[in-house]
Amino acid sequence: MKSKVLIALLLIACAAALPFATDALLGRSWVRLLDFALLYAMLALGLNIVVGYAGLLDLGYVAFYAVGAYLYAMLASPHIGMHWPIWTLLPMGALLAASFGAVLGAPTLGLRGDYLAIVTMGFGEIIRIFLRNLSLTNGPAGIDLIDPIQIGGFSFGASHSLLGWDLPGIYSYYFLFLGLTGVIVLISNRLADSRIGRAWAAIREDEIAAKSMGLNTRHLKLLAFAMGAAFGGVSGVLFAGFQGFISPESFTMGESVMILCMVVLGGMGHVSGVIMGALLLAILPEAFRPLSQLQQATFGQVWLDPANLRMLLFALALIIVMILRPEGLWPSPVRRRELHEDDDASPFAASTPGHSQ
Amino acid sequence: MSALPQGQGAQSILLEAQNITKRFGGLSALDQIHLSIPQGSIYGLIGPNGAGKTTLFNVLTGIYQPDSGVFKLDGVPMKGTPDQICAAGIARTFQNIRLFGSMTALENVMVGRHLRTHSGLFGAILRLPSQRAEERNMMLRAQELLDFVGIGQHANQVARQLPYGDQRRLEIARALATDPKLLALDEPAAGMNDTETATLGQLLQKIQAKGITILLIEHDVKLVMGLCDRVAVLEYGRLIAEGIPATVQRDPRVIAAYLGAEIEASSEGGSG
Repeated sequence: MKSKVLIALLLIACAAALPFATDALLGRSWVRLLDFALLYAMLALGLNIVVGYAGLLDLGYVAFYAVGAYLYAMLASPHIGMHWPIWTLLPMGALLAASFGAVLGAPTLGLRGDYLAIVTMGFGEIIRIFLRNLSLTNGPAGIDLIDPIQIGGFSFGASHSLLGWDLPGIYSYYFLFLGLTGVIVLISNRLADSRIGRAWAAIREDEIAAKSMGLNTRHLKLLAFAMGAAFGGVSGVLFAGFQGFISPESFTMGESVMILCMVVLGGMGHVSGVIMGALLLAILPEAFRPLSQLQQATFGQVWLDPANLRMLLFALALIIVMILRPEGLWPSPVRRRELHEDDDASPFAASTPGHSQ
Repeated sequence: MSALPQGQGAQSILLEAQNITKRFGGLSALDQIHLSIPQGSIYGLIGPNGAGKTTLFNVLTGIYQPDSGVFKLDGVPMKGTPDQICAAGIARTFQNIRLFGSMTALENVMVGRHLRTHSGLFGAILRLPSQRAEERNMMLRAQELLDFVGIGQHANQVARQLPYGDQRRLEIARALATDPKLLALDEPAAGMNDTETATLGQLLQKIQAKGITILLIEHDVKLVMGLCDRVAVLEYGRLIAEGIPATVQRDPRVIAAYLGAEIEASSEGGSG
């Protein structure tokens, strides 16, 4: 117990020191990248509730991110002329996204696997196309001049000085995102180890058996959709305030796929694994960027655009991981058991007289 | 919950099915089945493969909707989805074991308690005292049930890794966790050896002694005849005989359809 607390404290200390070290070693743009990585971690944790806990393959998850982002963008910018504070918009974003989650989830309840994936993908696109074509959301041009997040008199967008250090906004955002990621981790962990979490796991493992044991699977699935969407909405609100500008192009299906990759690559259903997956996939592509300079230096020209190369390597990495470690890089013990059932001895072989005494 | 021992309601009927018919395409899997299961009894349902036993189970547990006919539990007509029927008091096990394989034995039984517990999302997120108390009780109750079926020592083992016979027991414990009035067991002795079957028989009697009525599909005729208060025989979706085991066993139609060879075999083998 004591060592657990110690490890937690150590982790917090490392996370707190990370932006400073990154700034010193790699430069300021990398701190910004860390902020995004944390946003992705929150998104991935939200999708993890749906995909990892309840086993519902959702390919339109980015829609809820968009709902949160557009809510903040419209109510905290000159677009309509309203400037609502974050402490009302954050819960509103969560609630609105959760209702979207439930509403979009409802017609999919009878579907499973591939069919569910196709329908959710369609819903994701519908939301994006709406945002693109409504004048209320300013169409493809998007909304800009969004207020930075502000709590009381403290603006996260502005520079602040701390102990003589001058810290730009990306630092304040980092700590805000870190704190909220912590809250989402806590909620995820508590849900996993609860009556509801067990019911989700039961549905994931065997829906018919779950129903026969009295689980209201419709209700529970909707709850998973809503809960996951709520996290997406929160991330969306934060994203809009952080970025200051949003447009429908931030919410393409590619994003949904990326978030799903984070969950699957890290380890479905396992909070630490999912966070690792999110951080890896958010940061790794950036690490490939110097490859263009490398090509320039060695071949005198850029053969492969790093943006393309990035996706290529990315796809390759995913394929390799899925072949070698289908349970993800850092799976929960449960998931590992699910995917390695053939490792167990045959149950029939184990049935010998006398064992049941 | 009436935990009255058997005998009290020997005459009262717990489950009554009338005219249950279920067709798949042109085939009548169940043809006008009538069934009256007395409160507190162990009721056997036998018949050759394909006779419609599991189909009847699936109708009685809400997985299939009957094409016609009704069934009542304690006088209340049952209709709806499996979870509603389970909530009304019919719990089941499956012919091909359907546990939540990668969860532990204890967790499997705790899922069975879901129906009779209430804490929700916010209770779990905030770890409210009521939620924690309920969680603790749920765990105690689950452990109790595992002890009751005789696999208490395996509580923290992953369900899939349990030996076959223990998986069957775990399924029974999970079903019992829903506080059923009627426990429907689909071939619980399948794949078991004689020793295991005998201990299973004792377990079923222990469950009966708690006042829970049991509906039992079984191929092991010796087990059925020794254990059941009444037996119904299905053949090609029709009920061909019903009554106390001694009568059913002598029914010429039953002997012709199904029992003949097996009865002789079992009386030769087990005359002791």
